[in-house]
Amino acid sequence: MPEPMGFYTDTTVCIGCKACEVACKEWNQLPSTGGGRHEMSGDSYDNTRRLDGMHWRHVKFIEQFSEDRSEGRWLMMSDVCKHCVQAGCLEVCPTGAIIRTEFDTVVIQSDTCNGCRLCIAACPFGVIDINPVSHTAEKCTLCYDRLQAGMVPACAQACPTQSIQFGAIKDLKVRAAARVEQLHRLGESRARLYGADEEMLGGLNSFYLLVDEPEVYGLPRAPKLPSRNLFKSSLFSVLGAAIVALAGFVGLRQRRMEERARGEGGAGV
Amino acid sequence: MGRAVPVSDTFFTASPHWEWYIILYLFIGGIAGGCFLLAALLQVFGRPEDRPVARLGYYAALAGAGASGLVLSLDLTRPERFWHMLLQSHSGLPMFKAWSPMSVGVWGLLGFGGFAFLATLAVLEEEGLSWSVLRRGPVRWLARTGPATAIAALGSLFGLFLAGYTGVLLAVTNRPIWADSSFVGLLFLLSAGSTAAACLMLLATWRRRGDIETLETLARFDRRMLLFELIALALFVGSLGPVVQVLAGWWGALLLVGVVGAGIVLPLALEHRGGGPARLARASALVLAGGLLLRTVVILSSNAIHVTGTSVVQ
Repeated sequence: MPEPMGFYTDTTVCIGCKACEVACKEWNQLPSTGGGRHEMSGDSYDNTRRLDGMHWRHVKFIEQFSEDRSEGRWLMMSDVCKHCVQAGCLEVCPTGAIIRTEFDTVVIQSDTCNGCRLCIAACPFGVIDINPVSHTAEKCTLCYDRLQAGMVPACAQACPTQSIQFGAIKDLKVRAAARVEQLHRLGESRARLYGADEEMLGGLNSFYLLVDEPEVYGLPRAPKLPSRNLFKSSLFSVLGAAIVALAGFVGLRQRRMEERARGEGGAGV
Repeated sequence: MGRAVPVSDTFFTASPHWEWYIILYLFIGGIAGGCFLLAALLQVFGRPEDRPVARLGYYAALAGAGASGLVLSLDLTRPERFWHMLLQSHSGLPMFKAWSPMSVGVWGLLGFGGFAFLATLAVLEEEGLSWSVLRRGPVRWLARTGPATAIAALGSLFGLFLAGYTGVLLAVTNRPIWADSSFVGLLFLLSAGSTAAACLMLLATWRRRGDIETLETLARFDRRMLLFELIALALFVGSLGPVVQVLAGWWGALLLVGVVGAGIVLPLALEHRGGGPARLARASALVLAGGLLLRTVVILSSNAIHVTGTSVVQ
């Protein structure tokens, strides 16, 4: 049985070259946006903007400038499916299209998905979307086909700065902890890991080294499983059902009583 | 330099693009479930004069179940694979996940459709139709008191489930508003009660069925549901916490003016003033419009929130 595999992404060494995006698109034969038409986002040097069914890797450009643009900071982060140990998408999928592989990664089987899109709403990171060619929900597979052949995922192989590192999760965690320690020694006290511990959805099999708050990178601070609301919401719904049924019954009984008071008699409640 | 703005974790998710098919389903499914319940109550606990409206309720439930299945299938991006919800595509074994509201809901809708069909079959003979199938043993057996009561009771349970599970389904996601409140199911159920009563009153007026007392009983039920709905709406909005800012603009205005004003307060005032079927019909039309608008606001206000790059867009 293979051990859990995943990505450790060190955002401090990402240069925003988007080689990972290109490698992902090329290997997975993902279609181009707008039929290859060149479209600019208009408000960023990043023109891909987000993860979706056609972009399974996306390098975020966090462009922070002061009003007069005298001060500025760029943060880069290559984003991808987090392959959560407790995956919200897998939890809710009603067709069984989403599976956990032998590498502890999460994969959507395109031939089973019928496009109900519940997984899109359930993912706490906004990773999944419909691929306009297959018309099914799609996301990063952590190159399941390459993993089965003993290869490194395309994005990690293409990354020129080793910002995206692939390997066994336990090895990646050791490497990431050492890097955080090194950054702290060098004076970058804000360096922290995101998703490396089990508190966050049982651990993210794609975790990150960040140098600012998660929200700055467009990441939720405390992502949760959708099932957290199941019991409470069901309980209130049962209460609602009881109110509706009782109101109907009481209404008829009240009418019966009024009829009796008027002396009309007859069978009933 | 930009700093992190404190926002709900649900804002970092993507919209599932559920739009008009789903809004229609939430509306029709609620009405269908509520109509079955009201029909069953009128059949089991009502007077013989209530029977024509009870039959209308069963017909509306069956039509609603069929329409629900249709719009749900049309909403899929691969509609031809709708059966993957019921059978595992690789093995043909039943597909059921007790912890996934959508999986449970599909089976619930199927069960509801079955009971609506049986109930309709059992009451069709009362219409004076000469179809030979209605005179056959199994159908005549369905119309007997025992089986008819069992169908009414079980079908009502499925109907209540259909009217409320959709709210639970929305809560069991990570989307803004839906997952930020536990009261959507409660709200949808109460709204299903009021819209079903309104639908039955409109149908009865249009088809000239049922006496005025049946209509008044439905109107009284409708008024109670509308009052409960007001309380549930307040609980829903109150439970949103900081996410309520999403409703500060047009969506909030629609909720206040359209759902509360035109869909609850105005019909309450119209029904309170009494009057004939025409006034009840006007009030019913407003209740139905309010029910549709409620679901539209709940779905589309959440859809409007998404993350582009690293910015939250509303």
